[in-house]
Amino acid sequence: MRKQQDTSLFDWRVTRPAFRAAFAKLDPRIMAKNPVMFVTEIVAALSTLIFLRDLVTSGQDLALTGQIAAWLWFTVYFANFAEAVAEGRGRARADSLRATQTETPAKRLASPGATSHEVVSSSGLKPGDLVLVEVNDIVPADGEIVEGIASVDESAITGESAPVIREAGGDRSAVTGGTRVVSDWIRIRITAKPGESFLDRMIAMVEGAERQKTPNEIALNILLTGMTIIFLIVVVTLRPFTAYSGTQIPVVFLVALLVTLIPTTIGGLLSAIGIAGMDRLVKANVIAKSGRAVEAAGDVDVLLLDKTGTITFGARMADAFEPLPGVSARELAEASLLASLSDETPEGRSIVDFARRQIGRVPAGTDKVAKAIAFSANTRVSGADLTDGTQLRKGASDSILSWCGMPGTPELRAIVERIAKSGGTPLLVARDKQVLGVVHLKDIVKPGIRERFAELRRMGVRTVMITGDNPLTAAAIAAEAGVDDFLAEATPERKLELIRKEQAEGKLVAMCGDGSNDAPALAQADVGVAMNTGTPAAREAGNLIDLDSDPTKLIEIVLVGKQLLISRGSLTTFSIANDVAKYFAILPALFVAAYPALDALNIMRLASPGSAILSAVIFNALIIIALIPLALRGVAYKPATAASLLRRNLLIYGLGGLIVPFIGIKAIDMIVNAAGIV
Amino acid sequence: MAPDILQFIVYAAVVTGLAWPLGLYLARVYEGGATFASPVLAPVERAIHALAGSRADHGQHWTRYSLCVLAFSLGSFGFLYATLRLQHLLPLNPQGFGPLAPDLAFNTAVSFVTNTNWQAYGGETTMSYFSQMAGLAVQNFVSAGVGMAVCAAIIRGFFAREQKAIGNFWVDLTRSILYVLLPLSILMTLFLVWQGVPQNFLASVTATTVEGAQQVIAQGPAASQIAIKQLGTNGGGFWNANSSVPYENPTPLSNFAEMVAILLIPAAFCSMFGRMVRDMRQGVAIFAAMGILFLGALALTYGSEVGGNPAFARLPVEQPAGNMEGKEVRFGVGNSALWAIATTAASNGSVNSMHDSFTPLGALAPMLLMQVGEVVFGGVGSGFYGMLSFVVLTVFLAGLMVGRTPEYLGKKIEAREVKLSVIAFLVMPVGVLGLGALAAVLPIALASVQDAGPHGLSEILYAYSSATGNNGSAFAGFGANVPYHNTMQGIAMLLGRFVYIVPMLAVAGSLAAKKSAPASSGTFPTHGPLFVTLLVAVILILGGLTFFPALALGPIAEHVSMLAGQTF
Repeated sequence: MRKQQDTSLFDWRVTRPAFRAAFAKLDPRIMAKNPVMFVTEIVAALSTLIFLRDLVTSGQDLALTGQIAAWLWFTVYFANFAEAVAEGRGRARADSLRATQTETPAKRLASPGATSHEVVSSSGLKPGDLVLVEVNDIVPADGEIVEGIASVDESAITGESAPVIREAGGDRSAVTGGTRVVSDWIRIRITAKPGESFLDRMIAMVEGAERQKTPNEIALNILLTGMTIIFLIVVVTLRPFTAYSGTQIPVVFLVALLVTLIPTTIGGLLSAIGIAGMDRLVKANVIAKSGRAVEAAGDVDVLLLDKTGTITFGARMADAFEPLPGVSARELAEASLLASLSDETPEGRSIVDFARRQIGRVPAGTDKVAKAIAFSANTRVSGADLTDGTQLRKGASDSILSWCGMPGTPELRAIVERIAKSGGTPLLVARDKQVLGVVHLKDIVKPGIRERFAELRRMGVRTVMITGDNPLTAAAIAAEAGVDDFLAEATPERKLELIRKEQAEGKLVAMCGDGSNDAPALAQADVGVAMNTGTPAAREAGNLIDLDSDPTKLIEIVLVGKQLLISRGSLTTFSIANDVAKYFAILPALFVAAYPALDALNIMRLASPGSAILSAVIFNALIIIALIPLALRGVAYKPATAASLLRRNLLIYGLGGLIVPFIGIKAIDMIVNAAGIV
Repeated sequence: MAPDILQFIVYAAVVTGLAWPLGLYLARVYEGGATFASPVLAPVERAIHALAGSRADHGQHWTRYSLCVLAFSLGSFGFLYATLRLQHLLPLNPQGFGPLAPDLAFNTAVSFVTNTNWQAYGGETTMSYFSQMAGLAVQNFVSAGVGMAVCAAIIRGFFAREQKAIGNFWVDLTRSILYVLLPLSILMTLFLVWQGVPQNFLASVTATTVEGAQQVIAQGPAASQIAIKQLGTNGGGFWNANSSVPYENPTPLSNFAEMVAILLIPAAFCSMFGRMVRDMRQGVAIFAAMGILFLGALALTYGSEVGGNPAFARLPVEQPAGNMEGKEVRFGVGNSALWAIATTAASNGSVNSMHDSFTPLGALAPMLLMQVGEVVFGGVGSGFYGMLSFVVLTVFLAGLMVGRTPEYLGKKIEAREVKLSVIAFLVMPVGVLGLGALAAVLPIALASVQDAGPHGLSEILYAYSSATGNNGSAFAGFGANVPYHNTMQGIAMLLGRFVYIVPMLAVAGSLAAKKSAPASSGTFPTHGPLFVTLLVAVILILGGLTFFPALALGPIAEHVSMLAGQTF
């Protein structure tokens, strides 16, 4: 799998345009979307006007006023810069995608049966058009195969270099624009309008152009706006209160207080966090149709996971040899090996592998086989005739017994029953019409998956395994994989029913699927991840699409969703906690003229009122820059219970947010005074 | 000092011990269950509903509930305003008091309807017995009842699942008064009469003191009004000097009982909440947060008062009892500090000492308790739903930090709930800072300020904090009875009452309609020490950040100047 190439945090190719883009974003019409930074921009403009007025009238504290005004502009600029960098990283990814989206000629057919075609440009295709795609042609647009079978190279989209089979009918009928047919031919019906293809969606998403605010982001924005209003009241009323106390505070100082109090840190980084969250998803090769889905992923209570491919490897594999009395384990292993040598099914290969591991060395195998007996629907057995005339056969219990022409012994029946009960598949091996023993085939649970589920459980996410197996088999695998629950003999209807039941209890459900019959469930689930290899119906129904078609990805998506929320919450807490130190820096500076004794509040012992105010403003601007990497990367997140997560984040961002500015402002104050700029 | 501390401990134990079971009783009352009092009260209740034509079994949507609250309050205001303006024409006026001025009548009517009981008048020199009993005392019951009813409805909304209705206002109001306030008041009245508080309709008597001066001693139906003034977090005294007057508060026992009565019902709402949401731990957590803030405030005020006035340190003056200025000798620093904190934690407002004469830091704690929105126990009902607005914000802030859409009691806290809580949250800054700032610069307002320097600003801040917080206690130095302040304080009281009630009812309505998700290990836990600490921190930081600059120019400037030996 190709990992989408990761741009380093401050890649020059991204940052250089960002410097310019951040300027363009100073446009008040754009700023108005972010109330906190909009207020900052307005007061920065106000301070500039005051500075210009003082310049003309040569007012007091001219240098200080000028510097405060400049740093207020920096604050706004840095916030814009953070957003521009986040967007730039997305755009860089989009550019590499766009490179695959060149105009291609398409062979349009007039009717399904038409033998001739006309060549048109891919941009001229409409949904419903029929197109012929032959060897080495690029698929001109997203569509569904109506006729034919072909292997398709999808590396442009997924990074997977091995071609995949796409055929009409069934669950693998969708093709994506920009991929290339490497063998055979197909006729496809176009399903996407020009400009609304998969690739277009992906590009739009990573560029942040279509980014709509997610529900939590909206709620947080309301809170930040509310806090901005409160601090506006605080600062505006301070003028009458200080007037009462017999002192006049310059407007620029009040402006400085306002900007340091309103939550500029989170306000400036909020959209960067959102864009970066989307970017992380794209990096994992997942397309979100809406930001809402990403956020919902963080809230998921129940994960419905298909057994096959997600929890187990899918194919059944040999797990044990069970010889009958009088047969040695080695004898059985060798017979199984020879019987399976030419069996290219995953089961057959797993028997070969397993037998070789059992025997310890590789016996000369192939030269002993005279004739391979392929599986036929007629006899339902497979095997090999050896050069010495020995006949080896393997197959299901009743097939082998009928080949041997004898009923099974009680011992054999006991073995077969035991294996079936444990959820496995018994495969009988016979030599010259004599049953030697049984190969225990079973669904192998992927290594590490049990730990993943334990992690999820700690995060409060319940896992439910979905399988078509009978309850007995399902229970055995569920226990081995460590899922919390399972749905056996699952049908699309039962799946949908399960989702509705969980949702009725107020839970959010996530699932992944690929078949058309998954579509209703995908649409019903709060988070539906469709596999890219799936049918157009499934891809339409899901709100996320995994380009790697890897069902385990669901777990990663949940983590990305959570990390997004945690980043917002942590930086908000940090931003608010910062205010305490800023008060202790600025208030004594403002009030000391009225009540000299209030210098007692100057616990940082900042050198002068002017340097104290300037230092707080500088700190406030620089902290945004300092936190851009954190906003883009997301705060570190390890799966844990909510209580321990909260404790940890409160300690880092709450307590840290209280302490850091005390140190930072003091340090800046020392530098400012050493440099003598106040 | 040791006896004081011991008394604080006994007080905390008694309040907790009485409030907890009372809350469980309240839960039964508001869930419509049978209580031990039902055999007697249920027929009365049915009769009231039959008479009023209210349909008890009819649940109301939050909008309808709010309309009922507003309509009832408006009606109460109209009736009370008319009574005060026409008291010279009404019976039971042995002193022959004239009508109240329009601005004072407006202020007083708003004050009693909003459960504030700010008194810009002197009761014994202004109010006829009819005004006291049919006007003010009635409001003492019903305004408290409204607060309790609203809170019950809000709690129902927090717990309800996918429902439209959050209860019936008329049922809740009737039950609040019939099952809770009346029985408790009768008990309390009897107790106070036993302790020596008057309960009669006699005119004032004139006595000649030992020094030969003439003293007018007012009396009247006091005990019943004092009982409800404490239980219903009203605080409006029968006498101007409130509970420092021996007739209102004659004995140590009456003093203790009145202090317990102040916090009793507000504290009971915690266990009522726990019971009604079927998770006592939630009630315990909120009770703990309130308790911590209460004890912190008490420590600040008591510590500051018992240390005495540092300005006297250079004078040959001993202060063995601490700062006794403005305090009753019979209560001392301990009982005065405890009362001051209890009365401002709960939005009661009755006083047994003059807060204006407290040390600056001693007065800071009561002021801050009011400014955070009267959520530390707070008014009956109103304190608890005010606290719930803080809980919503705390849950939202912290919930994001655990990576899920914030949830409280399984309900998702989304944009709508945040928006409504923020509206409620704006009330205190607008009322205290906005109106306070006007009062600090307008000459017409400044005339009421008695003291120079930062203490004058404290007086303004205290008055507007008290009004907006619906507390009603006053810094004595502030001359409130002028048209300007009567009007503006009235506005502040209306803000503090209804701009909390309507948004919080809306939050409840919105939550009631939601599904409730079962808790898992991924859910942010809203009980336990971590949440309590966080809630306390959010209240202190958000409340503190909002009012710190103003307080720095008021009590804090006064304090540091006093330490520096500067006077104004």
